[in-house]
Amino acid sequence: MSANNAVSPASSSLPSGRSLAPWWQALPLTVVFFVFFVVPLALVLMVSFWDYNQYELIPSFTLKSYSAIFEGCASGADLCTTFKTYLSTLKFSAMVWAITLVLGFSVSYFLAFCVRSSGTQTLLFVLCTIPFWTSNVIRMVSWVPLLGRNGLVNQALVAGGLVNQPVEWMLFSDFSVVLAFVHLYTMFMIVPIFNSMMRIDRSLLEASSDTGASSWQTLWSVIVPLCRTGIIIGSIFVITIVMGDFVTIGVMGGQQIASVGKIIQVQASYLQFPLAAANAILLLATVLMIIWALTRLVDIRKEL
Amino acid sequence: MASEKRPAAFWPLALFFSAFVIFLYGPMLVIVVLSFQGPEGGLTFPLRGLSLHWFYKLAEGLGVVDIGAALQRSLGLGLVVMAITVVFSVLAGLAFRKKLRGGNVLFFVVVASLIMPSIIVSLGIGLEFRLLDAALKAVFAAWGMDGTLSEFGTSMGLLTSALGAHLTWTLPFGLLIMFAVFNRFNPTYEEAARDLGATPWQGFAHVVLPLIAPSVVGIGMFGFTLSWDEIARTSQAIGDVNTLPLELQGLTSTVTTPSIYALGTVTMVVSFLVMGLTVGLARLLERRQRATP
Repeated sequence: MSANNAVSPASSSLPSGRSLAPWWQALPLTVVFFVFFVVPLALVLMVSFWDYNQYELIPSFTLKSYSAIFEGCASGADLCTTFKTYLSTLKFSAMVWAITLVLGFSVSYFLAFCVRSSGTQTLLFVLCTIPFWTSNVIRMVSWVPLLGRNGLVNQALVAGGLVNQPVEWMLFSDFSVVLAFVHLYTMFMIVPIFNSMMRIDRSLLEASSDTGASSWQTLWSVIVPLCRTGIIIGSIFVITIVMGDFVTIGVMGGQQIASVGKIIQVQASYLQFPLAAANAILLLATVLMIIWALTRLVDIRKEL
Repeated sequence: MASEKRPAAFWPLALFFSAFVIFLYGPMLVIVVLSFQGPEGGLTFPLRGLSLHWFYKLAEGLGVVDIGAALQRSLGLGLVVMAITVVFSVLAGLAFRKKLRGGNVLFFVVVASLIMPSIIVSLGIGLEFRLLDAALKAVFAAWGMDGTLSEFGTSMGLLTSALGAHLTWTLPFGLLIMFAVFNRFNPTYEEAARDLGATPWQGFAHVVLPLIAPSVVGIGMFGFTLSWDEIARTSQAIGDVNTLPLELQGLTSTVTTPSIYALGTVTMVVSFLVMGLTVGLARLLERRQRATP
């Protein structure tokens, strides 16, 4: 992932002649995504317009589910549940996004520009990515002995005389949710930003400092703009994950904090599929708007 | 970076980086240590003796959950997902090197699957199989197959809906790795093989595959480990049985003994074993490739 001397773009290496038709080679992958991605999404859209009773789904075309979601939202006096939940989820997204961006950028900067030997660089990069391959739930659970009422942090605080009673807000709270998100998903920022940084021609940095720019000016006017694509890709990952999450918010929030994903999960478990589907469509529209605002002109394929 | 002196920012950033690594690994280390609590030990420090007590407890099962069976299911599913991810990704990677009609659309769908909130994909697959069940039951009833009808439960299951759900998550990583590999791939070897009269299959099996083998092993690791830990996409798309991470997620709110840490240690050991195997295998393949002229 860190080697960057691209030999030649894929398009110029066309093995011609009697090779098997590319169509056949792409077929298995295409079938999987058609059956397990495209059709399910279409079904979600379709069922969001269906009706239901206690026993079964009833094919029809009704906006009942959508109007149920926005019930009470027009009165304006108090925020309705849907808006509140979206605001809360957006708040988590924004916080996690800002923190992971700063952390991810700093870590990548250190790896890309401060570590000189490429062996050490690769080693440290891999060190950052290994936890990604271990269980997310376990990484969440692992905060319990640290943040709990009798956890290590509280033991230290009480022993140090900083507080009289154990602090309660560290676990099963907004704080622990954000902490767990940052712990789990900073990797999604580090990889694309590090990748962008490694592509920066080092002579540009020399030119910048030779022409009298301070290191801050070089950072802000040269490195950040050149990392734009990496930053955007990382941001898309982090924001879409947090927007749709229900596992982390569930476990780290002690099943007490609402989120859009949680609503969908609960409604599906009560077999209220049209409602869950309408909520899913709404979530999808929100996420798409965010992504559209973030991207516009990035071709992910060029970045690999 | 040709200058002899380290940049001024080096030490603060190095300190910051160390803190970040401790932040990443510290909590995991804590639960590994705590899983070896003595029988009187609780969920937090201090450590009351050292023992394998909680691992034995785990082997006996936690409440109503049969951990061993869940572990077997997850291992099996992970291996199937791994095999399919490797084969389908490599095939599609080869396809994308040539002119592929509709390639842009396919690529767009794959990336969309990667960044789509998992709960939506999961809900969709769950719905798909529920509607399929209803349709199948209607067909059985219409054809008078009463025996089949009364025996039929659901078409949802580990190797149908759950497998599909996992593939929508692992295949994008596999395909993106193949893109990264072929973007850096030097086609001259392949051309040489062709000039020497190799068939396309020979060119692939004896030239391309050995060259990309270490990355292919990497795709296998992505496939297995991502499946091994997957929760969000599986949640609505699995029938009566659960995978290990799903059981684990349920246990977080009910189990209040270090057994859950022991379970965490076990899953971590599996993850690290897979990573170790991957690195070892990739190294071996690379060395072999260098050894042959």
